[in-house]
Amino acid sequence: MIRRQPHLKDVPFVLALPDRGKIILTEVSAAAQDRGLFAGMVAADATVVLPEVVMLDDKPDLTQRLLQNLALWCIRYTPTTAIDAPDGLILDVTGCTHLWGGEENYLRNLIGKLKEFGYHVRAAMADTIGTAWAICRHGKIKAIIKSGEQVEALMTLPPAALRLEIDTLDQLPKLGLNQIGSFLNMQRSALRRRFGQQMLLRLDQALGKKEEFIEPVIPVEPYGERLPCLEPIQTAKGIEIALETILEVLCSRLQKEGKGLRVASFKGYRVDEKIEQVQISTNHPSNNTEHLFKLIQQKIETIEPALGIELFTLEALKVEDIQPTQQTFWTSNSSLESSEVSQLLDRLESKFGNKIVHRYLPDEHHLPERSIKLATSLKEPPATSWQIEKVRPIQLLRVPELIHVTAPIPDYPPMNFRYKGQVHKIIKADACERLESEWWADGGLHRDYYIVEDEEGKRHWLFRLGHYDNDNNPSWFIHGFFA
Amino acid sequence: MDAVRKEIISRLEREILPLEGLKSLATDNHINLGFRPIEASFPNAIFPVGCIHEFLSSSKQNLAATNGFIASLLSKLMQFKGASIWISASRTLFPAALQQFGAEPHQIIFIDLKKEKDVMYAVEEALKCTRIAAVIGELKDITFKESRRLQLAAEQSRVTGFLVRHQPKIVNTIACVSRWRITSSRSELADGLPGVGFPRWNVELLKVRNGKPGIWQLEWQYNHLHEIRKNIASISQEEVRKTG
Repeated sequence: MIRRQPHLKDVPFVLALPDRGKIILTEVSAAAQDRGLFAGMVAADATVVLPEVVMLDDKPDLTQRLLQNLALWCIRYTPTTAIDAPDGLILDVTGCTHLWGGEENYLRNLIGKLKEFGYHVRAAMADTIGTAWAICRHGKIKAIIKSGEQVEALMTLPPAALRLEIDTLDQLPKLGLNQIGSFLNMQRSALRRRFGQQMLLRLDQALGKKEEFIEPVIPVEPYGERLPCLEPIQTAKGIEIALETILEVLCSRLQKEGKGLRVASFKGYRVDEKIEQVQISTNHPSNNTEHLFKLIQQKIETIEPALGIELFTLEALKVEDIQPTQQTFWTSNSSLESSEVSQLLDRLESKFGNKIVHRYLPDEHHLPERSIKLATSLKEPPATSWQIEKVRPIQLLRVPELIHVTAPIPDYPPMNFRYKGQVHKIIKADACERLESEWWADGGLHRDYYIVEDEEGKRHWLFRLGHYDNDNNPSWFIHGFFA
Repeated sequence: MDAVRKEIISRLEREILPLEGLKSLATDNHINLGFRPIEASFPNAIFPVGCIHEFLSSSKQNLAATNGFIASLLSKLMQFKGASIWISASRTLFPAALQQFGAEPHQIIFIDLKKEKDVMYAVEEALKCTRIAAVIGELKDITFKESRRLQLAAEQSRVTGFLVRHQPKIVNTIACVSRWRITSSRSELADGLPGVGFPRWNVELLKVRNGKPGIWQLEWQYNHLHEIRKNIASISQEEVRKTG
């Protein structure tokens, strides 16, 4: 809160929320706490105790949101960060500390940054989540518990450090068990009998006898790379260099495993807690550094570095096996499968959007607009052959256009028709081809198609919608042009 | 003396051709259009690949004829390299109809863009891709400078480019090796039978670099171009039976 409104730094202030008709303090600043205010106090009492207190409205989900944002911010320290409601964060720092020069520096750096933001933090590092939780809430500050020393660290802590249920916590002091050490070595069966399974579970988790999992705020992608930067990066060139470095690492890994990425997301974590990201996709799985670099490079200009980016990540969101290139080299001369063509399409798609590339396959329908379907990939072979018995116009209007005709009834081709203000006199016509609409799909009237040629030799495709009968005068449409 | 001069001139002509973008490399696949007179209009009597051909069209109906003719050329070009790319901002081409002209519709990738300007960019990029047979770009207007970029890209990659200019604002000169105009003309069936016949076009080769322009009446029958002479009774008996 102080971070947003710096003038509150030394002023005692509180956050308050109406609760059952009264206004109750929910959070109290350090300065206010010193003057005797505490969370849970009624607001009216607080103003009596400290008339100059600044009262602000609390938002119900404020803490939750703050924690979420902090967890996202912490991703620059480790990919696996999780929220420990209501007021904690759990970071899995395995394999990350060496980047900051050891565990101690790592912890100091992290706490220092958070303190700069104005948060009061306590942190502890340990082998197990349980121990770390216990130490940072009930032990000394900035503690790093070495491997295998959990038992000693926990001995002197109160039972509350074990994340036990409230009933159990009430019970323990009554029995004179004020320290974890006093019941740590009791028989397990006795503990279970008196305090339930939960107690044993928590003990085991703290001591590392039972595994505990955390739920990361952002799931970690199996194919991802991270590149923390010593200095925040602000220039496009800098981002390009970062991208190149990170791509090389990821691509060499993909190459080793014979995989290629279809979708990738490149993210930059900014100094001011915002995340900038661009996403690309490819037609064929690719692990070609140069090609992928070009794709992402086109989008670098959309990245707003602001004060600088301190961490880059590249994640392959969709990974597929790559067909060995030799295979296609020997067997096929179809260029659709070549990587050059798919790279060209990738470039065009990333520039103009995803829905620009179309490839069509035959479909078993008679209606012209249904007789083709979009292919899902460049490699998909046609399931049926293209039909050529029935002649189809080479130019097909997306929507048939209404025309005015002079036609003998009942079912002769028209003698002339008017289209776009121009009268076409029909000299030749082919017999009608009736296409019934597909009743199982949409119903509607049948169309009687005629191929007609006018006096200039222009060939059109006209159709009549439905029959002539007593009270119905069917409309005529033009649907296409023949070569 | 005269003979020597003639020889020098013809040698110089041969050297100028490649400079003008009309080079044919040994690695090129020679396209057999199946119709000698058109091929004979081009230098060395070879239909040039790896360059830009321009097609003019003035109406929707003629656009159909133009696309039909291009499809027939595509069918020959795609025998060697496979796919081609059709780029347009206002496509009404019906893919299934390409099969009638021998071009396999599923071997053609359609790129449908929003703006003419994007088409220009996409055509140039596509022309740089060596693995495709041809690029067809539906462009209304193009400046000379832009066309030269396309021509250079095509020369480099040996990909053939077809520019379809439908109702351009001005018919300006552009850097291409040929300019065509295809219009549909009245079809006829043998022996005056009623009905619409084979696609018949009036093919005008308006400009061709170092070649002879010409006009032909052509008909597309059974996957081949046929010239129409005044007397159409020359169609063989067997074919008549098929048309009926």
